[in-house]
Amino acid sequence: MIINLRKFINEERPHWSELETFLNKLEREPQYKLDLKQLERFHYLYQRASSDLSKLMTFSAEPHTRRYLESVVGRAYGEIHESREKPHRVAAFYWFFNTFPQTFRRHIRAFGISFTAMLIGFLLGGFIISVDPDSKYILMPFPHLQGDPSERVAHEESSDKDRIAGFKSAFSSQLMTHNTRVSIFTLALGVTWGIGTAMMLFYNGVLLGAVALDYILAGETQFLLGWLLPHGSIEIPAILLAGQAGLILAGALIGWGQKISLKMRLRKISSDLVTMIIGVALMLVWAGIIEAFFSQYHEPLLPYEIKIGFGVLELILLALFLGKSGTRKVEKQRAG
Amino acid sequence: MFSLQLAGPITRFLAWSVDFATIMVVTSVLNTCFAILGIISVDLAYAIGIVTFFVISIGYGIFFEWYWQGQTLGKKLLRLRVMDEQALQLQFSQIVIRNLLRAVDSLPGLYLVGGLICLISKRAQRLGDFAANTIVVWNPRILEPDLDQILEGKYNSFRDYPHIEARLRQRVSPPEAQIALQALLRRDELEPNARVELFHDVASYFKNVVEFPQEATDGISDEQYVRNVVDALYRSKTNLT
Repeated sequence: MIINLRKFINEERPHWSELETFLNKLEREPQYKLDLKQLERFHYLYQRASSDLSKLMTFSAEPHTRRYLESVVGRAYGEIHESREKPHRVAAFYWFFNTFPQTFRRHIRAFGISFTAMLIGFLLGGFIISVDPDSKYILMPFPHLQGDPSERVAHEESSDKDRIAGFKSAFSSQLMTHNTRVSIFTLALGVTWGIGTAMMLFYNGVLLGAVALDYILAGETQFLLGWLLPHGSIEIPAILLAGQAGLILAGALIGWGQKISLKMRLRKISSDLVTMIIGVALMLVWAGIIEAFFSQYHEPLLPYEIKIGFGVLELILLALFLGKSGTRKVEKQRAG
Repeated sequence: MFSLQLAGPITRFLAWSVDFATIMVVTSVLNTCFAILGIISVDLAYAIGIVTFFVISIGYGIFFEWYWQGQTLGKKLLRLRVMDEQALQLQFSQIVIRNLLRAVDSLPGLYLVGGLICLISKRAQRLGDFAANTIVVWNPRILEPDLDQILEGKYNSFRDYPHIEARLRQRVSPPEAQIALQALLRRDELEPNARVELFHDVASYFKNVVEFPQEATDGISDEQYVRNVVDALYRSKTNLT
């Protein structure tokens, strides 16, 4: 029991302040490491503050001091009981060539589901267009896709004017930001146990399948590949990766076959989700630049062979990057 | 061991409104600056404007919650803080996830989904908080009561019994102490009969909590009794500050 509250607080306050100084330092500088003496002191101050708090808990007239002490003890508790790794300094090169592709491979099953959802949509979209060509007025989101593909190709190939001259950068920025928003939304929909994510992927697949079949049936396959492959070979995988991230989140929520608690499952995947979405955003920046500055130019200005070749090369490099990059590090870690 | 007060959806919505207004002001100021770039290239000015708005609208919450350890400008103003659900350190990945999931929480508009889930959630979490294992706590400002107004210059017979005062402090909970204090602070707002009745009830309650010797309580009214209780409970705090 505290007989003299004033004396108690006067005696203890320097210890609380010292603990707070430690906490401020640790929170401001995540790389800062305490030596053994400091650690012992920090632990002692934490225990002392905790003990003071339990004494003050029964004290009616000190809500302010109690709340202050609760906050200090709470922060110290977080520091002492934290077992997760503290964030390192940003090593962008290492992250890009190791962490990102490794994370992708670690959740390859989620990518498989993501791909399957989009593929089913693609096949359905193509089937609908082949059975009922008029349905494109409902399916296609943009008016320029609702016209006759051959007419569009003839128009764009005969035009000697640069259609997007004067707003290429703005167009590119719009594509990047729009696609990144869609990707974030696809990831976020993972919180609906993956149903929303799967629907987004399926819907995008339907659109893609409908457009593709429309151009193929009109005999414009070469134009289609030359138009879509340069940016699509990065953009579509990026959407699939965003879907993969959403499904990782869904997997953690559902927790099939995992014996750890929901909170632990969510903790386990949190850094993977961030890695995936940053990777997706980078891919979409590249796709946005290519779409605005390269994909919109057709023959005779840019031969389709070059555009298709460029798109295929990107796809091969992306597959190699996601499939192989950072594998040596993992092998070394396993061996070591 | 320690408890934290959770923030409700209304307070959080107000904090978000402040943040939203801040984002709007900052982007419109920046767009005005970028408009000058239009002299060189209108295309470039538009492009920078689009990217800037996107980066600020997505990155504002992430940057400030990371930099200010769980607070944005709106949260600072409303004394809110994002914390790890288990009071562990808030990780960067948690901040990113809770901010990215705003895309779903804000559906179909004005954070309706997030707000409703926050209302029914045990820990007042929106979907983003749930996925990131975070909570938002409220640290209310505790105003110093104007004790001089009610205590100064008044003799308190309880002071002669410090050990009983100490027992009183130990046994009375903070909300009970607040009731006694508020009764005194608002005493002039009460009807005479209601005032007598209220102080009778409050004094009776405290008489059951600890018993002061008869010589300390003889001849004092119920209101004076409550005044002495409040003096005993809060005195050391005023002396300190």
